[in-house]
Parts: sequence; structure tokens; C-alpha cells
Amino acid sequence: MTETSEARGEILRVNGLRKTFPGVVALDGVDFDLRPGEVHVLLGENGAGKSTLIKMLSGAYQPDDGRIMVDDRETSIRSAQDAQRLGIATIYQEFNLVPQLTVAENLFLGRPPKRFGLVDKRRMTADARELLDRVGVDADPGQQIGTLGIARMQMVEIAKALSLDARVLIMDEPTAVLTTTEVEKLFAIVRQLRDQGVSIVFITHHLEEIPQIGDRVTVLRDGKSVAEVPADTPQEELVRLMVGRSIEQQYPRERSSQGPPLLEVRGLTRRGVFENVSFEVHAGEVVGIAGLVGAGRTEVARAIFGADGYDQGNVLVEGARLRGGDVHAAMEAGLGLVPEDRKGQGLVLGADVQENLGLVTLGRASHGGLVDRAGQRKRAAGIAERLNVRMSGLRQEVRTLSGGNQQKVVIGKWLLADAKVLILDEPTRGIDVGAKVEIYQLVNSLTASGHAVLMISSDLPEVLGMSDRVLVMARGRLAGELDAAEATQDSVMALAVAGVESGTAHDTVGGSNVR
Amino acid sequence: MSADTLQKQAGPSERNGAVRAASRFFAENGALGGLVILVVALSLMSGSFLTVTNLLNVGVQAAVTAILAFGVTFVITTAGIDLSVGAVAALSAVVCAWSATSEGLPWPLALVVALGVGILCGLVNGALITYGKLPPFIATLAMQGVARGLALVISQGSPIALPNSISHLGDTISSYLPVPVIVMVAMGLVTAFVLARTYSGRAMYAIGGNEEAARLSGIKVTRQKLITYALAGGFAAVAGIVLASRLASATPEAASGYELDAIAAVVIGGASLSGGKGTAFGTFVGALILAMLRNGLNLLSVSSFWQQVVIGVVIALAVLLDTLRRRSTN
Repeated sequence: MTETSEARGEILRVNGLRKTFPGVVALDGVDFDLRPGEVHVLLGENGAGKSTLIKMLSGAYQPDDGRIMVDDRETSIRSAQDAQRLGIATIYQEFNLVPQLTVAENLFLGRPPKRFGLVDKRRMTADARELLDRVGVDADPGQQIGTLGIARMQMVEIAKALSLDARVLIMDEPTAVLTTTEVEKLFAIVRQLRDQGVSIVFITHHLEEIPQIGDRVTVLRDGKSVAEVPADTPQEELVRLMVGRSIEQQYPRERSSQGPPLLEVRGLTRRGVFENVSFEVHAGEVVGIAGLVGAGRTEVARAIFGADGYDQGNVLVEGARLRGGDVHAAMEAGLGLVPEDRKGQGLVLGADVQENLGLVTLGRASHGGLVDRAGQRKRAAGIAERLNVRMSGLRQEVRTLSGGNQQKVVIGKWLLADAKVLILDEPTRGIDVGAKVEIYQLVNSLTASGHAVLMISSDLPEVLGMSDRVLVMARGRLAGELDAAEATQDSVMALAVAGVESGTAHDTVGGSNVR
Repeated sequence: MSADTLQKQAGPSERNGAVRAASRFFAENGALGGLVILVVALSLMSGSFLTVTNLLNVGVQAAVTAILAFGVTFVITTAGIDLSVGAVAALSAVVCAWSATSEGLPWPLALVVALGVGILCGLVNGALITYGKLPPFIATLAMQGVARGLALVISQGSPIALPNSISHLGDTISSYLPVPVIVMVAMGLVTAFVLARTYSGRAMYAIGGNEEAARLSGIKVTRQKLITYALAGGFAAVAGIVLASRLASATPEAASGYELDAIAAVVIGGASLSGGKGTAFGTFVGALILAMLRNGLNLLSVSSFWQQVVIGVVIALAVLLDTLRRRSTN
């Protein structure tokens, strides 16, 4: 397949790309090429160099060594404007949208159609509608971006890239934030673009997505491109290429013996958000909560932990009622929360590893207002070693750690506090395979020592693989409970969408049916 | 320089350790380098700069700004701002003088009352910001007006003489130890201690770095913010008393505009207005730079109009250099 297709020419090719940052070699010889009208998947663990590579293609970084060829001509991409001129558009996980502006204003940000020196609103709206139609997203050009929700914001980003005549579309983990239905829709759009001749660089951590969407896969490891394989390569082989060894078991759940209920939730209700949610989590148990994004899972978790209030119901920890809306009380009672938004809610990014690890135990380590700093340091060092946090030292800023190691720090601070019930909200989102398994093993050791874990995840194989029981939420209610041994992806999804389809769900899946 | 601060893997690190340590020290304390340059430059330009008398003078001039700035350091570390410290300083000083003279309170009690007034103002700021959800800029701007107004009301618009026992705080012990400098150093040590060693200090960094993460880690953000603003108010009271004792009287219009000098000192000292960064030592250096610059420009007979221009430029430069340095290390 190689000789003939290469003859067709490539739209983009990089050779021997190298980039070093002070103290780190980010890229150490990367070769990569992209043909017109293909979806090329970039695969690699966090820290393998994917982000550095796409930042070079989008003009954010300059390579130290190596060549970038566009249309068989060597070129240098020195700025975002250069990338735009070459027809390269990048959709990052953090969108470049202004939430307060409308869809149309965002689409034409910085280059609105003008008439007599004024913004031609009518034409802008019409052009915007055309673009939105092209990607098939149901959004009103006059609607504020902030009200769209993540999936449709992403579609608007794609529409924006198309309006800039992008020939190369780089998508950085676009599916990480989407539900299954939304992913289907994204794939449909990506295929359509591919058939129109747009070349797509697609980054994902979800191996099962690769054969569905990709044509070829380039695997990066430790800053080097280690293999270029077809997209139908078996998952085990991909994992082996990615981590450099084979991983025996993706979900190494070991069931522990169950004890008394540690967490009881009774009739928890916040009007308009979730209603009458009741369940128990026993010592030694992992309870998973599955459901679509927006089903109210995160909201329930935050309410249990006291991060937000609730209108009715009770939360009991080891039989004792917990005051609502009081994080400190929840923490004292033995709850811990690893929030969904790691950077926004889990970490103080500008502080170092030691400071972050000691955040929850800061009060306990203080006597008469004075912090026992030596003790804090010792405990932080101990937990960092136990969790195998890869860092230069306890003084490293957590901002500069990879996603998996950042997550270990968030979990670590609750381990130090010896939380009896740990609530994990999307614990492995955006984390590479190796670190995922380490987190699963940690969950095992927690339950083995009599702790309990409540795990929210949109990653169905993960929920099924790691939970003992699965609760399914739909439209703010518990739609059902399944024993993990019997649960299948289909049975979970059936429950997850059941409540939606029978309810008044115009804003979640209804939108996709309109067009 | 950047390689030293961002060392991730132990590289060839054996090369001249002393130079490395020094360059690292200056990288982390950029303002100190500026101070050294300033001292050298002013010494070369004016013969009377590097004399004991003049340096003590600089110290005394720096004291009030520095004490105010130490208090503001707490606030800025939590990503807040306090525009009321100058006015609170004046109010506290006026209350001190008024209670000691018109009300006949014994002077130690008058000092305690003045300190209480400062702390109370800070607590009100904190309550407006936490319970009232006002932006710190607005809450403390309002407090600035209220405190200044109350100072005028209590003093009926004219200076009140301080009793001798209090105005000794402006003296110089055995002609080499000005009391304001001693107070400044003491307050600086307190600030450094609070920030580095206490629960509240560490909580301030966490809140300034990421308030939501701090809250979700069980830190009582509301209480810590109240403490933060109360500290700033208390420090302002101390600064007000030091200022009044130097002049032997409390003026309702005293320390007006000082809050901006204090904020400038904190920022020159390397703190970030977006929170999570700030040290007592940096603030101290920042206050010294401002005082030294004013003093030096006076010695060089630069007109006071031009002095304002120069100081404005220095503030901008200091922060600009800091931003550039940070960008180069990232």
C-alpha cells in the first residue's frame, strides 16, 4: 500500500523533528506524513510528544531540528498566521471561543464581513448559517456560544476551521469530552470532511475509536515515532507499541469482601437538576455511575461532597448525617472528591507537588496555627513514591507534570487524608494507558483495605471493568442499577437513554434529530 | 538561567555551583537585582547617597509603605486587592490620637483601640467580599471612602497631636536605630512567618492559586479571607501609628495614595496580581526600591514632577521584566 499511495503525494510531511525544552527532550526524531483525504491517528501516552508535535504544526513552537514540508515544499511555520495561510487548523481541547459572543460573531472573530466599514450583520448571520449547515450542527447563529454545551461548541470550532479554508484539520482528543451519541455525530462529520478531501490528524486515547475513524496510525513513544501501522491493527498491538511492553489486563479489578455501608444517600434532590437519588456504597466496594453527560452525575457527586447544596434528602457517612453544603464537614467525616476538572478544581497549578499533596491535610498538620512543614514534606514524599509520581522533585510545579501524574497528585492528597469514601469523577479522562492501570490498581488497594470508591465515568468499558455495581443515571434520576458481572455496554446505554427518550429531552439528543 | 529553574532531569549540573546558585537566587528575586543596581547607580551619581544618615533616612521613608505593603501582600497572595489601607492607616492614627487626648485613654489602650479599628475595617472588607460577594476592588474602594471620611469626622478635619509617649515611636534610639525601621523589620518578619509557616499563610497561597481547588480540599475559604483582610487592616493601623508618631500628630489626610505605593511595592517584589505568588522579602525589596528611588531623585535635585514620571516608568519596567523572565522560563 505504501508505494502507490505515496506516489499520490502528501499534503504534509515532517522528518526527524526534534525539540528540547530546558531539561527535557520533548521530541527526539519524529517522522509523520499526511495524505489528502485521510484520517491519520496520532497515538501515544501523555508526554510522548503528541502535543509538542501539533504545536509545531500550528506555529506555537519552532523545531530545533528537522524539516516540515507542506505540498512537497520545505517550509517553516513561525506563527498561527503562517499555519492558517498553509491551511492548517487546530482544534484544541480548550476551545478558542468567546463564551459571551454569539455563534456568528465567534465564527468570524477578527474578520467579520463588512459593509461601509461597519459589520454587515445580515451577511455574517447568513454565512454563519451556511457554515453550520456544512458541519450539520443545529445551532442558531445569534445564540450565545456559552449556552451551547461542549459538543456543539466543538462543532462550531470545526465550522470555524472550515471557514478559514483548512486543508489540514488537527483535532486534539476531540472525543474526550463527548458522549457516545455525540462521538457518533463527530465521526460522521469527520468522515464527511475526509471525503471532501480534508486531511485530518486525530488524537485519541480511546483505542476502540481508531478502527472506526482512522486510516493510518502513527505511534509516538518518548518523543520518537516508533511505528506507522494501519488503523485496523489489533488493540493489544497498539498498546504494546505505545507503552513499549504489553499490558496484561486493561481493567485489573480485584473484588474485595464487602463490609458495612460507608456512604448512604437518601432521596437527594436539587430541583431541576437531580431528583430522589438514593444508593449505598459499602466498604470494599467500587460503585460506578454511568450515564450521558448532563445526566446529573457530577452534580450529585458534588452535592454529596458538600461542594454544592441540595434541597431535600440526606447524606450519611458511617451512619452519621452530614451537613449539606459544607466541604469541610464532608472531609472531616471521611469523604474525598477527585473532581472532573482536574486543572480547574483539583490542583493549584502554580504551586508545587508538595504543596498540592498537603492541601487536604494542611489543617490536620497544623498545631496552634503552625504547619508542621517537615511532617508535610515527609508525608508528601512518601505518597509520591507510593503513587509513582514522575517528577523532578517535590518542588516541581504541578503545571509542568503530565496529565496522569497530575491526577495522581489529586488522588494522593485524599490518600494522605485517608478518605474512607473516595468519589472519583472521570478519574482517567485524558490519561494514558499506563497511568490508567496504575490508578485502577490504586482503586483495588483502596477497596482491599476497607475503603470505598464511587466512580463516575463516561468511559463505559472502564465503568464495567472496574465497578462491582453500576448505577445508571438519566435526566437527573437513577434509571437503574446493574451488577457489574451482568452489565454490558448495551444494557447500560439502554438505561442511560431510556429516561431521555421518554422524557422531554429536547436539549440533549433532540437537537441531533432535528437536522 | 532558565535551565536552572526548570531542571527536570539531572543534567551536567556540576558546573560552577556558586554561579548557578547566585543566578538562581536572582532569578527568583528579580527585584533584588534591581535594588543592587539602583544602589550602585545612586552611589556613583551622588556622593551623599551612601552615607549612614541618608540610608537611615531611606529606611524611615520606606517604613510606612513597607508596613502597608506587607499587609497588602497577604491580600494579593489570595488574588485580592486592598485599596483601603492608606485611609485605614489614617483613621487608625486619628482614633489613636483622639482616644488618647480627647477621651483621655491611657496610651497603651489607645494603641490597642487603634489596632482594633484597623482590624475591624479589614473584617468589614472581608465580609463584604465573602458574604456580600463584592469584588475586592469595589469593597475596599468603598472602605477607602468610609475610613477617610470617618477620620475627617472624628478629627473635625484638623490634625490631632499625639501624646509624647506614643510619638516616641517616631524616635531614633541612640542615633542609629530609628524605631520605624525596627517596626518595619519586625512586621516583615511576622509577614514572612505567617506566609511560610502558618496554616493561614499556606491557605492564602492555595486560595490565590486556585480558590475552587482550595475549597474542594476542605479549606474554609471564607474564614481565611476574613483573616487575610483583617491582617491587612491591622498592618495598616500599625503603619498609620508609625506615620503619625514621626509627625507627632495624626492627620486625617495622611497616607493618602499610599495604597498604590503599597500595591506597587508588592508587585515589584514579584507577587502576581492574579494570586498565588508573593513573599515578604520581595515586598520589602519593592518598598526599598521605591523609597530609594525617591530619595535618590531628591538628592539629584530632580523635580518632583519628573520623579512621578520616573517612578511610574520603574513600576512598569519592573513588572515587564518579571513577565518576560517568566515567559522565558516557561
